[in-house]
Amino acid sequence: MNNSRFINWFKFSSPAAFYPLAGKIWLWSTVITAVLMAVGLYLSFFVAPTDYKQGEGYRIIFIHVPAAWMSMFIYVIMAGWAAVGLVFNTRLSSMMASALAPTGALMAFIALWTGAFWGKPMWGTWWVWDARLTSELILFFLYLGFIALQSSIDDPRRADRAGAILAIVGVVNIPIIYYSVQWWNTLHQGATIKMGGESSMEATMLYTMLLMTVAFWAYSIATAMSRVRSIILEREKDTTWVQEMVREGKA
Amino acid sequence: MFETFRTILKRDLTLAMRRRTDLMTTLFFFVIVVSLFPLGIGPEMNTLRLIAPGVVWVAALLASMLALERLFAADHADGTLEQMLLTPQPLALLVFAKIFAHWLVSGVPLVLMAPLLGLQYDLSSEGLQVLLISLLLGTPTLSLIGAIGAALTLGLRGGGVLVSLLVLPLTIPVLIFGAGSVEATVSGLGGDGHLYMLGALLVMSLVLAPVASAAALRISNE
Repeated sequence: MNNSRFINWFKFSSPAAFYPLAGKIWLWSTVITAVLMAVGLYLSFFVAPTDYKQGEGYRIIFIHVPAAWMSMFIYVIMAGWAAVGLVFNTRLSSMMASALAPTGALMAFIALWTGAFWGKPMWGTWWVWDARLTSELILFFLYLGFIALQSSIDDPRRADRAGAILAIVGVVNIPIIYYSVQWWNTLHQGATIKMGGESSMEATMLYTMLLMTVAFWAYSIATAMSRVRSIILEREKDTTWVQEMVREGKA
Repeated sequence: MFETFRTILKRDLTLAMRRRTDLMTTLFFFVIVVSLFPLGIGPEMNTLRLIAPGVVWVAALLASMLALERLFAADHADGTLEQMLLTPQPLALLVFAKIFAHWLVSGVPLVLMAPLLGLQYDLSSEGLQVLLISLLLGTPTLSLIGAIGAALTLGLRGGGVLVSLLVLPLTIPVLIFGAGSVEATVSGLGGDGHLYMLGALLVMSLVLAPVASAAALRISNE
């Protein structure tokens, strides 16, 4: 492992070693977020052509779709970190899981909210019991459950491990929930409203969407890093390196 | 190993029989919730017939949530649970016995009571049969999934509400297929597919839930 040509990644499993690195990642991803978000939003609202079927209202999907993707992806990543923390008993992995949860919940909320805004002019209603909407809502509930469980346990180690079990159970359940909701919906109403109504996507729209997706990635990384830094400081507050840093006024 | 299973089962059933009010609370909660809906919605028989499967199933789901808190709480309070964690027998098996006993005292009465409530909603006899079968397959799954939540929230403040928040999203498939089976039968589509899915969910949670609950119990009792 300690081949001199490679960086020893295991070094960063220690919170003390990861803290400065997280600061650097946080800084860079914040810069990337700011730039890409500015460009992406400009493209979304001013450059991308008006949709011939949906008019101007469709532009909200440039925020909606990346948020929905991130909300699903973050849950899997979160469960992955939680599982690593549970199996290898690494503190930092569990901290990463707790740091990701609020961002994931926020993404799910944004996806639902923008979806409602999109639905009002397109479908004529704020909410439809569509399979995707319903499973996104359930995903939001799963995030809330994870956060609520962790915050009601005082001992951080127990909170980490209990959260990990919940996250793993959730990951096993997500496909079941998704398919059962889909089946439920198709049985209930004959004509399901399909979200991807457009026949093909225009190139500008596609690039804008990709740009916004990368921006959302960068945003999620930035918030997770900034949150994990706070968690590290909070949990390691009795160690010498944190106290030294506080004394020097760096933290 | 089977001996241990039987001992725990017998012990839990005896304890439950000594505290019969607990048992009745769940059952009455179920009955009252189901009876509240017509008062809220109106006595239109056609509407009631339509919502009957959903109402009975949601009420059963809530009633089983209500009962979850009791699954490990008493044993945790008097230290029995700690002794169980120390025994050489596999913890998952002990947990499974506890869940089974819990289902016998909290789930089975709901299942038996459900057809009576279905009659209040004017369900057809076919519908009542499927309702009975779907609850018979579904309520053990609810107890199994719920046990994970009960084990995770053991001894936490506000545990009761928290359990619902954790467990309810996970039980949605059971609700969908349970209520769906009755609905499909009543509307003439045939509810077999739904019942098979309920069976599959039961088998899966039978295998996974005791293990997960056992792991959660170890974490809660460190």
